[in-house]
Amino acid sequence: MVLGTVYGMFMLFLVVVGLLFLSSAPDSLGRTVSVVGGAILVLGWTFLPLLSSGIDETVDPARLATFPIPITTLLLALAVSGVLGVPGIITTLAALATSLVWWQTPLIAIVALLCAAIGALTCVVGSRMLAALTVRISSGRRAREAKTVLVLIPLLLLGPAILALSTLFRELRTVLPIIADVVAWTPFGAIWAVPGDLAIGRPGTAVLHALIGIGTLIAATVVWRWALDRALERPATSTSFSRTQRGLGWFAIFSGTPTGAVAARALTYWARDPRYAQSLISVPLVPAIVFFYSGASGDLSGLLFVGPIVAVLLGMSIYTDVSYDNTAFSLHLQSGVSGRADRWGRVIAVSVFALPTTIILTVASVWVSDSWERLVGMLGISLGLFITGLALSSLVSGRFAFAVPAPGDNPFKSRPGGGFTLMLSMFASWTALALLALPEMVLAIIGFATFNQSLGWISLAVALVLGGTLLIIGVRWGGKLLDDNGPEMLVQLQRQK
Amino acid sequence: MPENPTLVPALEISGLTKRFGEKLAVNAVDLTVPRGSFFGLVGPNGAGKTTTLSMATGLLRPDAGTVSVHGLDVWSNLVEAKKRIGVLSDGVRLFDRLTGLQLVTYAGLLSGMDRAVVAERAADLLELFDLDAVSGTLVVDYSAGMTKKIALACALIHAPQLLVLDEPFESVDPVSGANIRDILHGFVESGGTVIVSSHAMDLVQRMCDHVAVIADGRVLASGTTDEVRGSSTLEDRFVELVGGRRHGKGPEWLRIS
Repeated sequence: MVLGTVYGMFMLFLVVVGLLFLSSAPDSLGRTVSVVGGAILVLGWTFLPLLSSGIDETVDPARLATFPIPITTLLLALAVSGVLGVPGIITTLAALATSLVWWQTPLIAIVALLCAAIGALTCVVGSRMLAALTVRISSGRRAREAKTVLVLIPLLLLGPAILALSTLFRELRTVLPIIADVVAWTPFGAIWAVPGDLAIGRPGTAVLHALIGIGTLIAATVVWRWALDRALERPATSTSFSRTQRGLGWFAIFSGTPTGAVAARALTYWARDPRYAQSLISVPLVPAIVFFYSGASGDLSGLLFVGPIVAVLLGMSIYTDVSYDNTAFSLHLQSGVSGRADRWGRVIAVSVFALPTTIILTVASVWVSDSWERLVGMLGISLGLFITGLALSSLVSGRFAFAVPAPGDNPFKSRPGGGFTLMLSMFASWTALALLALPEMVLAIIGFATFNQSLGWISLAVALVLGGTLLIIGVRWGGKLLDDNGPEMLVQLQRQK
Repeated sequence: MPENPTLVPALEISGLTKRFGEKLAVNAVDLTVPRGSFFGLVGPNGAGKTTTLSMATGLLRPDAGTVSVHGLDVWSNLVEAKKRIGVLSDGVRLFDRLTGLQLVTYAGLLSGMDRAVVAERAADLLELFDLDAVSGTLVVDYSAGMTKKIALACALIHAPQLLVLDEPFESVDPVSGANIRDILHGFVESGGTVIVSSHAMDLVQRMCDHVAVIADGRVLASGTTDEVRGSSTLEDRFVELVGGRRHGKGPEWLRIS
């Protein structure tokens, strides 16, 4: 909280200094910056709390439902508390600071102050409105889980986004005014455009923008009042029985053996548990990120790394599988299922989608970078890494439980103390993976360097035979460890609970 | 294998010991559970009930002592012994992202049963526990009582001879509780053996024909319920054995009027 305040003050300082500098720049630039900046502010206020699930839970309508407060009083109180919070104060001050741009023409500066006040209020009302509107949707387990996954996407795309923006910045001088002109006609940017309109001598447009801005604030307040009223009258209760499913799902498709049952269960979890979705999301993101970076340098051969990277990620994705089970694993122990069946089931489940994915991504990367002569070698590397990764994770997860988010927890929650152990053992395992898959990688790379296609084929054969052997060893060894140390494993898992 | 089956106890524990760091959680416990009995294990919080039951069912390795189920040593024949035992653990999670039907099916398939048998029994069990209406709902969305019932169904699907239930009635509503008791009584009448741990003395006195009182990792009394309670109620006898009862009505200000 203190850190956030300091950070906010610092940002505010930067904004004020920047705006002061703008006052000596051309009026049209001042207009562009305040419109775009203001619109980002309103958008951020309105939609960020929705994703970050409950920044301000103290004024969650569901919690207020028990108190007898008249709706109008409540509305006013919530608005004031929003403005007077640390983010509210900083936003208000930053908004008011936009008038600094026009200090040389005092009349416009006064208009700017008024508009800034309306704009800042729109920010607060906007966020409260969406919170009241979504209280019903966002309180369920499913929504909470969906949100945590949604947050991940912008986070991972941040790198490419910055890269894309930096190339855009070169053309910013020409693009930004156009963006500002468009945004100025939307509810998010209208009010911020008014002083600028006046400065560049367009009073008619200024009036229209002001009307849009004021209308936005009124409309948002009305919607908020309605939504709050509704939320208070019918407080959201946990929505149980939200989803039902007929039949057995994957259990009907896999064979009716212990191995098949474990595979069906694991695959069901891949689809339903957000902690697994976290590793799944890397599959589309890795190609996207690599494409951005290699596209920026103009050399598409960097795309060839996509297959191997995804192969490693997917192969090692069952590394914490037993840890994810948490104490539910005791069912495996109670039923006396063999460690080997447990291991194979998990390997089969992940292979069902990971094997085709790895192959498709490898072929696609070869296709896009137009290096077909490397296809077989690349397949050797990717499949070798994938299968060897499965072997290693089957072995390690048969003996060690790691501190991972518990079922139902936020997938990004880090458990105290456990992160370091997990990272250390991950690092050791990645090193082991690199060594064990070295033969097929070296063969393929020599093949690429000498343009020798047959080395690629040998690499693929080594990947399948050596990798397959390692997988059998990993599963048997890991299964034996699990058979021998099942009770100790459960004790480890109980500590994580 | 002994010849006369009625002489071999369903569960025989001798010298069972478990130490967690400094604390001796279970201290040389001896316990004999006769075949066909409805056995209650009572004790205060932290008495070692759960630890004892975990060791008896092959889920926690004992430091010393032996456990045998129907004459079969559990810790040297883990897989074989587990086929004879059905377990309801207290305080462990379930695979709750599965639907009720999927979870029971999973438990059945894991113990190596045939798919057709599993399907038939899963349907029977869901009906027995009044869960057939929610068989397609994810277990994570179940109420506490429904969760207990689905866990019990998982413990029963492989038709065990011995049922070990840790706190089976906790957070179960009265109607479901009565239904579960009927099912358990039926199981005992057909020759099965049930062990339950509980805090509810009243319930144990009415429900169980044998009882053991355990505190501080030791068995204080064991035998038929009538033997253990003597002329008083089980609750009074329990308080007498375990101690720690406070006399007095609390501070003056707590008394209204």
